[in-house]
Amino acid sequence: MRDFLQILLVGIGDGAVYAMLGLGLVVIYRSTGLLNFAQGEMAMFSTFIVWTMWSLGLPMWLAILGGMAGGFCVGALVHQVAVRPVGDPHEKPLAVVIVTIGLFLGLNGAAQLIWGTLDRSMPPLFGRGQVTVFGVAVAWQKIGAVIALGVMVLLFYLLFQHTKLGLAMRAVASNSESASLVGIPVPRLLMLGWGLAAAVGTVAGVFIAPNLGLGTNLMQLTLIFGFAAITLGGFDSLVGAVVGGFVVGALSSVMPRYITIFEKMPLAPAFILILAVLLFRPEGLFGKKQVSRV
Amino acid sequence: MSSAGDGVSSAGDGVSSAGHLLEVSGLSAGYGIVEVLFGVDLVVDPGEVVVVLGANGAGKTTTLRAISGMISAAGQINFLGESVLGRRPDQLVKRGIAHVPQGRGTVTSLTVEENLRVGAFVRSDDEIESDIEHWFEAFPRLGERRDQLAGSMSGGEQQMLAISRALMSRPKLLLLDEPSLGLAPLVTHEVFDRLRVITESTGTAVLLVEQNANLALDFAARAYVLEAGRIVISGDAAELQGDAGIQKAYLGV
Repeated sequence: MRDFLQILLVGIGDGAVYAMLGLGLVVIYRSTGLLNFAQGEMAMFSTFIVWTMWSLGLPMWLAILGGMAGGFCVGALVHQVAVRPVGDPHEKPLAVVIVTIGLFLGLNGAAQLIWGTLDRSMPPLFGRGQVTVFGVAVAWQKIGAVIALGVMVLLFYLLFQHTKLGLAMRAVASNSESASLVGIPVPRLLMLGWGLAAAVGTVAGVFIAPNLGLGTNLMQLTLIFGFAAITLGGFDSLVGAVVGGFVVGALSSVMPRYITIFEKMPLAPAFILILAVLLFRPEGLFGKKQVSRV
Repeated sequence: MSSAGDGVSSAGDGVSSAGHLLEVSGLSAGYGIVEVLFGVDLVVDPGEVVVVLGANGAGKTTTLRAISGMISAAGQINFLGESVLGRRPDQLVKRGIAHVPQGRGTVTSLTVEENLRVGAFVRSDDEIESDIEHWFEAFPRLGERRDQLAGSMSGGEQQMLAISRALMSRPKLLLLDEPSLGLAPLVTHEVFDRLRVITESTGTAVLLVEQNANLALDFAARAYVLEAGRIVISGDAAELQGDAGIQKAYLGV
């Protein structure tokens, strides 16, 4: 039992990071109506910005803020340069999704050019210490990830549900033509959505890099878990991303331990989950069912 | 035929004459290589209700889309004496033009109340809340459904919502694209009754596009008839309604 709890808690700690990546995906989905395949690479890129600032001697927390700001700029720039010229995502969703796949490759290549192909090491933000609860050891780093996740969810919830800006972002995601007809500067809000998503990704990267080593492939597997998380939770739900992240983290940690076939296939539980959700509950646990009456 | 008391004649010289809220001249627009409008001229005065009639494909919707900046156009569009040609729709909302597009265009995934709130996006005064309550009183059915998703409402309710959302920006000019589309006759009459009350109480000018000629001529003070991208008739709504020849030739009634 203790063994199970231990593995479960490790999984939940990982899940917090998947949830953060999922949050970025949800933010883009809610402001543009799209899935962003470059979400992970945007996060990787801005994590390198954090690493650069840290290795130049800045304190870690300042480097993270700098990386989030840098990530925001990368996200906003990506929208202005690569996404916006392609067209309205509501008119050409496929074209824009393919652009995000191109961005995936482009950002990865750019990071290799700038930072090289060697993995860098980054210290855990909350140190390597751990605390023992009911005989189960939990790393402070994992507790920190859960807290950081909670803070971000709260901030996004307040933004989307209780501010004029957030309401406008939701309107743009749902119907950009109507949004512009009530006076919302649609391109500017889309840019903001991309910037915010990239900034959130930075935090995910900062928590995952100490474990995996900071390389340009940092997020490639993690993004799959992020997709699984929001598929389970519902593409447009912040809470869904969190619950989905925890469930995916826990499953991916527990299942290989007890079902030997998954040891060799760490991604399999996530894929099975995606498939099962799409088959039996396509809108996810917390997603809004598309309602429309004509 | 006379135009409604503007006093000053604008002899197509493009100079905005005093009094006109909206002055469109030589407006051409289309989609890609397909030209739809060929030099449309029309004016709307402050507080005036004007209707553009015409058959399917005559260019009614295109006219509204060009005026509100949804599609690019050539010619002249002056609003409050300033050229607004080439402006984006969101910039025009700030200046006082609100457009209710065909098919209503409510934001279906927002609630009724959120739709009204987002309609006030360009405003920053402290009367937004009381305006929302005002529209809930004017349209009790919207008030009852304030927390319901807009997409789950009936066609008539969505049309009322779309109109009141557009009015949340406190426009000087409301562009209305076929509010009767897809509505049952009874509901259509209700929508127009409401519109009459609203325009009389708020003094908002309306440029309406409509296929239902009789209903629209009852509501409007002046009318234009658009045929194949050109204005072929303009005049008092009552005169048009009384002219059997025009009725037969252009309005199909």
